[in-house]
Amino acid sequence: MKKTLRFTLLASTLLAGAAHAEDVTLTIESWRNDDLTIWQDTLIPAFEAANPGIKVTFAPTAPAEYNAALNSKLSAGSAGDLITCRPFDASLELFKQGNLADLTSLAAMANFSDVAKSAWQTDDAKATFCVPMASVIHGFIYNKDAFDALGLTPPTTVDEFFAVLDKIKADGTYIPMAMGTADQWEAATMGYQNIGPNYWKGEEGRLALIKGTQKLTDADWVAPFEQLAKWKDYLGDGFEAQTYPDSQNLFTLGRAAIYPAGSWEISGFNTQAQFKMGAFPPPVVKAGDDCYISDHTDIAMGMNAKTAHPEETKKFLEWVGSAEFATLYANALPGFFSLNSTPVEMKDPLAQEFVSWRGKCKSTIRSTYQILSRGTPNLENETWTASANVINGTETPADAAKKLQDGLDSWYKPAQ
Amino acid sequence: MAGRKAVRWHIAVFLAPAVLVYTAIMIIPLFGTLNLSLYNVQGENRIFVGLANFATLFGDPRWSASFWNALRNNCWFFVIHMLVQNPIGIVLAAILSSPRLRMAAFYRTAIFIPTILSFVIVGFVWKLILSPIWGIAPGMLDAVGLKWLYGPWLGKPDTALITLALVSVWQFVGIPMMLIYAALLSIPDDVIEAAEMDGLTGWAQFWKIKLPLILPSIGIISILTFVGNFNAFDLIYVAQGALAGPNFSTDILGTFLYRTFFGFQLQLGDPHMGATIATAMFGIILVGVCLYLFGIQTRLRRYQF
Repeated sequence: MKKTLRFTLLASTLLAGAAHAEDVTLTIESWRNDDLTIWQDTLIPAFEAANPGIKVTFAPTAPAEYNAALNSKLSAGSAGDLITCRPFDASLELFKQGNLADLTSLAAMANFSDVAKSAWQTDDAKATFCVPMASVIHGFIYNKDAFDALGLTPPTTVDEFFAVLDKIKADGTYIPMAMGTADQWEAATMGYQNIGPNYWKGEEGRLALIKGTQKLTDADWVAPFEQLAKWKDYLGDGFEAQTYPDSQNLFTLGRAAIYPAGSWEISGFNTQAQFKMGAFPPPVVKAGDDCYISDHTDIAMGMNAKTAHPEETKKFLEWVGSAEFATLYANALPGFFSLNSTPVEMKDPLAQEFVSWRGKCKSTIRSTYQILSRGTPNLENETWTASANVINGTETPADAAKKLQDGLDSWYKPAQ
Repeated sequence: MAGRKAVRWHIAVFLAPAVLVYTAIMIIPLFGTLNLSLYNVQGENRIFVGLANFATLFGDPRWSASFWNALRNNCWFFVIHMLVQNPIGIVLAAILSSPRLRMAAFYRTAIFIPTILSFVIVGFVWKLILSPIWGIAPGMLDAVGLKWLYGPWLGKPDTALITLALVSVWQFVGIPMMLIYAALLSIPDDVIEAAEMDGLTGWAQFWKIKLPLILPSIGIISILTFVGNFNAFDLIYVAQGALAGPNFSTDILGTFLYRTFFGFQLQLGDPHMGATIATAMFGIILVGVCLYLFGIQTRLRRYQF
C-alpha cells in the first residue's frame, strides 16, 4: 500500500513535470495594475482549469506609462501575447502598424453589439481588432445617510439638483459636492462628459459633431459649461488645488454629500466608505425629457500580431468574449460593466443601480474620443483645461467653447 | 632636435574611455535629436522637411503661443531662483562661515538635506503641506492669525508658478550655500588679517574683501542655475502633471517637450515636433551659456594667493 502510494506520487510528479514542459504560457499586457489580484485569483484560474496546457500571466504596467511602454515593447518584439486595448485611436494606430492582429473572424465577436465594438474597429467598421471587455458609466454617487438626515431625495432635473445642493450648503454639515480642478481631468470627465449628453442628446449630438453639422459653440454644447460654471459655489474650500484622490477621500470620509462619479469608483468606495451610498444619473433639463448617459467603452483585449502562440491566444480571447468571462469580470470588478450582449447578473447594489440606467436612458460614449482627438491641438486634452477653467471661473463658458471649436477647426475638416 | 616628435599614444588611450562613453550616450543622441527635428511624417513616410518644423513651432499661432508661454514661465522660474535662491545661499554661507556660530555642521547638513531628496518626495510633500484640505499650511497660518493670507496657491494661475519656484528654491538652496561656503573657506587667513589690520570688520569686510573673492563662484552658480532651470521638468510634472495646470500657468519648456514628444492621454506622441522643441531648448541654453562664458567669465578678475 505504502509502496503503491509512493509510486503514484513519483509517477504523478514525473507526469506533471512532463505536462508542465509542454505548457504554453501567455502573457497579458495591461495598465490595470489595480486588478492584479482579480486576474490572479479569479479570472486566470477559471480559464486554466478549463484549458489545461495553457498558463496565463498577467503583467500590468502603471497606467500613465502603459502606452509608451507598450509601444517600445512592441517595436522591440518583447511584448506579451495579449494586449489590453485602450479605446479608439491609440489601439487603431497599433492595428495600422501591424502590431495588433485582425480578430474580425473570432466567433465571440458575435456576442457584441456594433456600438460595443466601435471603439476597436477601423473607421469603416470592416475590421475589429480587440474583444470588448467593459465600459464605465458616469453619474453621481451620493451619501445616503447625509441625504436621509437632511430629508433630501435624489434629484431628477437640473433645477432639483441645484435645490438639493443649496439645501446641503445651507445646512453646512457637508461640503455639497466633492470635486477639484487641480488634476483637470475630473472637471472634464466627471463634469463635462457626465452632464453633457443630456444637452447634446447623446449619440445624435456626438455624431453630428463628427459630421460637422453641429459645432462646439452651439447652445447644446455650451450649456454643460454653463452648468459647470455654477458648480463652483458648491465645491469645497480651495477646490482649485484639490486633486482627484483628495476628492475621493473627502467623499469616502463622509465630509462631502455628492460625488460626480464614474462607475469605476464603486469597488474602491465600497471598501472605504462607512455609510450607505446611492447613485443618480445626470439630471435632465426639464422633467420628462429623454435622459442620456455616458456609457463609455473603455477596455478591450487584442492579440499581438507577432505572438508565437496564435492558436492559444485566440482560444483565450474567445473565452474573454464569452458570457462566463463577462459574469466573472463584472462581479469581480463592480463598476466595469460587461459589453457582452448576454445580460450579466451583478450582486453589488450600487453597480446594479448604475447599470439599470441603460434600460431607461440612451447610452453614448465620450464626445471627444472618436476621431476628434486625432490632431493637434487634441480636443480631449483641451477639454480638460477648458472645463477646469470654466469651473475656476477664469474663462466664460462661451469663450471656452469658442477656443475648443477654433482648435478643432484648425485641423479637422469633416467630410461633407 | 630635428626629428619628429614621437606620437603620444598614451594620451589617446587614456582619453578613449571617456570619449567613447560620452560620444555614445551624449553626442550621438544629441545629433540624433537635431536630425529628428528636420524630418516629419507625411502619410506613411518619414520625409526630410528642412526647417519646416521650426516654422510650425514659431509660425503657427497655437504652437508659438504654447512655446512663448512655456519660455516666459521658464524665464520667470529662473528669475525667482536668481533673486531668491542665490542671495539666500550666499547669506547662509556667510553666516555658516562665521567662527562664532555654534552647531554650524548641523545647520549645514540640515539645509543641504532637501537637495538629496527625490523630486517626487519634495513635490508630494509640498503638495500635502499646501493642500487646502489636509495641509498644515492653513492651520499654521491660522495659529498666528494670518489665515486670510492662505489660498489654494497651487491651484491659482497667478500663484502656482511662484509657489513651485519657491519650493524648488527650498530644495536647492543647499547647492549655492555649499559652493559659496567652500569658496569662503578657501580665502587665506592672511588676507582677512590684513583687512582687519586696516580696520575692516563685519559686513564691511564681507562686501569689500570676501564678496569680490567669491564672485567667480557666484558666476558658476548662476550658470548652473540657468542650465538647471531651463532643463527643469520633474517638479512641475510631479506637482501639476503633464498638463502643467491651471491653464498652463506652470508650463515650462521641459513639460511642453514631454507632452509633445511622448503624448498625453489621447494625444499621441510626436517625436518630430518634440525633437524640434528639444533643439530650441538646446539653442536657448547654448546661447545663455555662451553669453556667460564670453561676456562675463572672461571679465571676472581672478586673484592668485
